[in-house]
Amino acid sequence: MKIAFKINGRPESVEIEGNTPLLWVVRDVLDLKGTKFGCGKAACGACTLHVDREAVRSCSYPVKFVEGKEVTTIEGLGKEEGPHPVQQAWVEEIVPQCGYCQPGFMMATAALLDKNPNPTDEDIDNTISNVCRCATYYRMRKAIHRAAEIQKENTPKTEE
Amino acid sequence: MAKEKKRISRRRFLVRGGLGTVGVLAVGTYLFRNPIRRKIAEMANTGEAPYIGNTDTPIIWFEITEDNKVLFHSPKVEMGQGTFTGLAQMAADELEIHMGQIQVVHAQTGSGNIDGFSTGGSTSISSLWLPLRELAATMREMLRTEGGKKLGMEVSSLTIADGIVSGGGSKMSYAEIAKGVTEWKVPDTPTLKAIEDYKFIGKPVPRVDLDAKVFGAPIFGMDASMPDMLYAAVVCPDTIGATFLGADTSRAATMPGVVKIVKEEDFIGVVAASRMEAENAKNAIKVDWKVDRVWQTKDIEEMIQVGAGRPYIIQAEGKTERILDGSEGVITAEFTSPLGAHAQLEPNGAVASVVDGKATVMMSTQVISFTRGQIADRLGIDAEDVNIVPTFLGGGFGGRLHTPMGMQAAVLSKAVGKPVKCFLNRKEEFQNDSFRPPTHHVLKAKLADDGLIAAIQHQVSSGDVMFGSPLVPKIVHGILGADLGAWRGGMIQYRGIPNYQAVSWRVKLPFATSWWRSLGLLANTFAIESFMDELAIRAGKDPVQFRLDQIQDDKAGNRLKEVIRTAAEKAGYSDEIVDGRAMGFAASTDASTPVAQIAEVSVEGKEIKVHRVTCAIDPGLAINPDQIRAQCEGSIIMGMSAAMHERMYVEDGQLQPIIYGPYEMALMKHAPKEIEVVILENDDKPGAVGEPPLGPIGAAVANAVFRLTGQRLRSMPLKLT
Repeated sequence: MKIAFKINGRPESVEIEGNTPLLWVVRDVLDLKGTKFGCGKAACGACTLHVDREAVRSCSYPVKFVEGKEVTTIEGLGKEEGPHPVQQAWVEEIVPQCGYCQPGFMMATAALLDKNPNPTDEDIDNTISNVCRCATYYRMRKAIHRAAEIQKENTPKTEE
Repeated sequence: MAKEKKRISRRRFLVRGGLGTVGVLAVGTYLFRNPIRRKIAEMANTGEAPYIGNTDTPIIWFEITEDNKVLFHSPKVEMGQGTFTGLAQMAADELEIHMGQIQVVHAQTGSGNIDGFSTGGSTSISSLWLPLRELAATMREMLRTEGGKKLGMEVSSLTIADGIVSGGGSKMSYAEIAKGVTEWKVPDTPTLKAIEDYKFIGKPVPRVDLDAKVFGAPIFGMDASMPDMLYAAVVCPDTIGATFLGADTSRAATMPGVVKIVKEEDFIGVVAASRMEAENAKNAIKVDWKVDRVWQTKDIEEMIQVGAGRPYIIQAEGKTERILDGSEGVITAEFTSPLGAHAQLEPNGAVASVVDGKATVMMSTQVISFTRGQIADRLGIDAEDVNIVPTFLGGGFGGRLHTPMGMQAAVLSKAVGKPVKCFLNRKEEFQNDSFRPPTHHVLKAKLADDGLIAAIQHQVSSGDVMFGSPLVPKIVHGILGADLGAWRGGMIQYRGIPNYQAVSWRVKLPFATSWWRSLGLLANTFAIESFMDELAIRAGKDPVQFRLDQIQDDKAGNRLKEVIRTAAEKAGYSDEIVDGRAMGFAASTDASTPVAQIAEVSVEGKEIKVHRVTCAIDPGLAINPDQIRAQCEGSIIMGMSAAMHERMYVEDGQLQPIIYGPYEMALMKHAPKEIEVVILENDDKPGAVGEPPLGPIGAAVANAVFRLTGQRLRSMPLKLT
């Protein structure tokens, strides 16, 4: 079937079997390799991206459900010259080790901050359930708090 | 594997033009000449491994690019441990360039600069500490000499900064100097700079791969692709000991997208147009497996008992056995650790292209040289005709010290005449891992009248570690007897004790067990340091002082004492329970790096919560303090994961679980919110970092739990009853 959607702001349409996981369309058809395969069962979060600003584990998300929607991947989150607050915080805290799971964590964090601009440690514990085998959790927690600060600094103050 | 016999003179620097480069300096030196077993034994004992090069020619270490940058071809792979950054710091300092001018790439086997053995054992920085700086300094002096010629200046009057040679008011960049030079004058190895003169060594410079990893660059094996590439899946057995009898592929052959089904003697692969089509077709293959015995967890547990395998005494001082003979006054304790999986996030696999008898294979592997040989042997071609293009590893942890997927992808590519990408799925990863073996420990000791230990014995029974690795020739098993990997961390480090002995029992399990980050260190330290805690309590002594009192006065002993004192002081160690929290102490020495850790723990219901960990480590000279901290933080939480959560089991012949979640691991919610790392540098050269800090954490947590609950937890994963 033909599925049309936006990815990182750009319109795309693919001709593919509708139950194909979104992950494989993003990686192998659209050649955006930043979103990772970890388990194929939505258990590790390495494949996390955004569909209409919601964090989604794309390995278990049939591509047919993105029809007409907006998909954002790590490549669309921000660039070196204009990083997303989460990416800036990740750089400042030097979070990644092997780095493989990190896009998934950053996408999950960006979605968290979108809804909850000032998450507590408990919010982080309850929301960020991805797996990092290098166990960079200690720095990730610091980076999530730092990202919240950066986001606040970047937000223009509204007139009273 | 064809081996180049000719020795390359260290004076023979090759220079050649390359694509987009003005000069390629190739330095062949530091050849691996000694029998492999000696190296392995040295590594296991002290962690002081010399760099093991190879005999290919030319060997390309550095390239100077048009824009006056230096490409460093690393013979070691980057799997998160920060090696690229540390090596770049070492090279940049002697090359007189700044960090922005050096770019690190994985050396392809075609470039010659591959490691003869592996990336592992926490030896990448220490083994290249001398050779890499010498090579960089030599190249700097060659450039200075040529620069003098081109500028018409006396060489001794020239200064170098940021890759620019200056003197007498004129200057020239390395790139300009290298342009057109066909014959280089090679100096004797220059004197290296004094450590205090280094600008980058010793500083917490950011990781060189940071941007690539934060902005999603396609750097991993699974991100690799080649033009016109097909996708493949291989059939893996899901039952222990299953041997392949045959397969019915008739239905699979008709499935959508299938290009070819390739039947080999030892595996079946499906090549299709997409990954999903290859997976679906693979699942439609009916395989006839022969299974002689249906294994269960209890079978494995029975095999792994101390006394069931073959014993080797690995450490002996005094009259331990005589003193511990009989039961009077002898304190005995037993501990166990479970089977553990690597569970690295990037599955194993490769992208291979085999055309006209030449293979190109892009993949994540810790064993480039071995994998090249495996592919060449299978294809019946020379090793020189196999170019392994190493990628960043989505986790290594020892799990990629055997990477046969490179060979399988190459065989499949050859069969279809196109590039093929072939990766395992997660179930296959969990069931075909080379696991961390389960262990059983028996400890015995007797206290003297002064409350110190009169004699102590540690017996460990373990599945194979080193002997489970295809890297280690069978002949070595007989020569060494005991498995160096299994007993890593199993010796008694308190050599002030007058009588001590360590015994390693070897057990061959019916599935692959091998290298897992820190090898036996985590389990052995859990057992010994839990027992030391029991003995201190029995003797009525402070557990920190109890250890300090029994460490010998030599360099290793003094370094160990210092990390113990430092950790205790930083954490404010106390035996008291304060606000429902208790501290647990443990220390280990691995590959000459001593580490002490204190875990601050509370118990809520049956849940053990680790709030704060203090870690003192002495890896010697610290090349990059930030990355040493990162390795300690990661090791502490990965160690907690293995010690408190993870366990593989065997059910009706199958290794289980097969997915994250059921394979419980430490997650964000389990990670301590405070980790303090103190780095001591009581050696003038860099030592091991990537594995030693994994040692103490299991025992530190268990020792804290005992103070809180009175329960002595004797089995990993640690669970309260």
